[in-house]
Amino acid sequence: MGKVMLEVRDLTTKYITRFREDVYAVDHVSLKVEEGKSLGIAGESGCGKSTLALSLMGYYFPPLYYTSGDIIIDGRNISGMNPDDVRRSILGTEIAYIPQAAMNALNPTQKVIHFVEDVIQAHNPKATKKEIYELASERFHLLGLPPEVLQKYPVELSGGMKQRTVIAVSVILGPKVLIADEPSSALDVTSQKMVIKMLRDLMESGLIKSMIFITHELPLLYNVTDHIMVMYAGQIVEHGAASEAVFDPLHPYSKGLMGSIIVPEAGLREHKLTAVPGVPPNLKKPPSGCRFAERCKYVRPECRGAAVNIREGGVGRTYRCILTESELREVYKNAA
Amino acid sequence: MQLEKKPCLTGVGLTKTFGMGRTKTVAVDHVDFTFYEGEIVSIVGESGSGKTTLAKLLLGLINETEGSVEFLGKKRDISSGKKKQEYWKSIQAIFQDPFSSYNIFNKIDAVLLDCIHMRGGKNLPQAKKVELMIEACKFVNLKFEELTNKYPFELSGGQMQRLMIARIFLLKPKILIADEPTSMIDACSRATILDYLIQLRNEIGMTLIFITHDIGLAYYVSDTVYIMERGKIVERGSADDVILRPRAAYTKRLISDVPKIYEEWDLSTV
Ligand SMILES: Nc1ncnc2c1ncn2[C@@H]1O[C@H](COP(=O)(O)OP(=O)(O)OP(=O)(O)O)[C@@H](O)[C@H]1O
Ligand SMILES: Nc1ncnc2c1ncn2[C@@H]1O[C@H](COP(=O)(O)OP(=O)(O)OP(=O)(O)O)[C@@H](O)[C@H]1O
Ligand SMILES: [Mg+2]
Ligand SMILES: [Mg+2]
Repeated sequence: MGKVMLEVRDLTTKYITRFREDVYAVDHVSLKVEEGKSLGIAGESGCGKSTLALSLMGYYFPPLYYTSGDIIIDGRNISGMNPDDVRRSILGTEIAYIPQAAMNALNPTQKVIHFVEDVIQAHNPKATKKEIYELASERFHLLGLPPEVLQKYPVELSGGMKQRTVIAVSVILGPKVLIADEPSSALDVTSQKMVIKMLRDLMESGLIKSMIFITHELPLLYNVTDHIMVMYAGQIVEHGAASEAVFDPLHPYSKGLMGSIIVPEAGLREHKLTAVPGVPPNLKKPPSGCRFAERCKYVRPECRGAAVNIREGGVGRTYRCILTESELREVYKNAA
Repeated sequence: MQLEKKPCLTGVGLTKTFGMGRTKTVAVDHVDFTFYEGEIVSIVGESGSGKTTLAKLLLGLINETEGSVEFLGKKRDISSGKKKQEYWKSIQAIFQDPFSSYNIFNKIDAVLLDCIHMRGGKNLPQAKKVELMIEACKFVNLKFEELTNKYPFELSGGQMQRLMIARIFLLKPKILIADEPTSMIDACSRATILDYLIQLRNEIGMTLIFITHDIGLAYYVSDTVYIMERGKIVERGSADDVILRPRAAYTKRLISDVPKIYEEWDLSTV
């Protein structure tokens, strides 16, 4: 087993809304990312993916609050760390984060080199402009970005180029974990491919040690990650090797999700997609039993009773359902 | 299958140029096409290929530089404000950037209520209106109770796109131009929404013009696919022909760039 870069144990975090209600968007989540590996996170809009990203960096600014659990980065437990310290000593060096839609949030009046200066000087205030420029142009060159990009404004770059620039700048300090939240969803296929290639190159060259990749584009997830975690209403419902999660999902929600993958291959138009009708539960008052019960085709009365725990299914594989693996397979076989 | 195909929207040498001199961009470059009533057409191309510009031309939001648009077999006349309003009664759009599409001063229930009124439901009892709105929200996996009293900008991108589809559910237009309507929506809800758009065509004969850079989506929904490259249509035909047996080099490249799940994705080509 590789060295563990990031470990999260039983993490629970919540938002407190302006009406003083608690929204448990991350509910008892545990995960591990080893050196050289990448973990994908999938799940419906609003299930808590972005919140999990912030939570596992220790980035707790209102309305987000830490409730319980441990966050261990490369052996160091940072749970309970003051968020301002997190900003200073974790962000960029330990964990780099590329927020959802980051490329559209760049300050339009600043050149790219300026963003690089911001990132480096936050960590090392003594770095000179010359040193920063040299490091940046060397790194850009290595990653296949023309160093001239450093002198451009965000609006002068195409979408794909902008996103690759954001990634290159975010990882300039060589973080142990890169968290990329929907880094390519807004791009066309060719730019998407370039972004993915870049992430792969970053891993292979060791410029980042491990990665968490969040997206609802499942074919991408499969192509980029070693392990996949599926979230539903703030909880993990399935977690395992990428190929298992995609080709042999156990949880009924993952099953529905994987059945809705759209790829331009013969036969797509004949086979119906398995849409999952219905709405996820309100996270302010989640149901006591299984959170997916209301939408599950295979629901039984027992599902609505007590909370459903995570259970083991095969090596390194977990899922959250009252049915055993063989019962689930039986159910799926009969439904087909 | 339709026996007789009636032309719905036709473009004749349709062209749109932005800027002049050194900054001149021919965003749509002498394109000819006929979309038929009840047809689902996809327009596919990379970023900057002119898809959104073509959509705006069809909607009459911008004027063509050259060429013309025919509507139901006749030259389209939107020369006055009144004629435009008339034209927009049969054509609806879902825009690429959901954030730009709502009036920021209108609450969400007002947005949906408007649609009911536009369809002549002004005098329905309030309870019936609410019922219709709840149904529309449910369809796109939104919760009506959580939306009332909010403004559109309080929603996430995905929620906003769903709200747009909820509007279409209420409006049931004759023609729908949908520009990347599901780019921010997760896979499960996306399948429901695409199936619904197809169903609308089957039930009310809606013509759907579906703009996307996602070839899988185009293949799933459409009868006919048009491929655009730098303002020109470089390939067109039935979805099966274009996607499974592409001829243009550009189409072939687009298709080969799509991430595969049943075979290794070749990243060496970038
Ligand atoms: N500032 C906030 N205050 C209260 N609730 C919030 C806040 N931000 C997010 N939430 C809620 O927390 C839940 C998780 O949101 P989050 O943004 O993490 O979802 P996500 O999985 O990243 O969704 P998407 O795929 O749309 O990006 C949602 O139900 C959302 O409504
Ligand atoms: N208002 C405008 N003024 C100047 N140029 C414009 C304008 N609108 C579009 N263009 C240019 O026209 C070309 C086509 O743009 P368009 O938005 O139609 O592309 P698209 O295919 O919709 O791309 P995307 O997939 O990124 O949405 C681009 O080169 C763009 O920069
Ligand atoms: Mg998110
Ligand atoms: Mg566009």
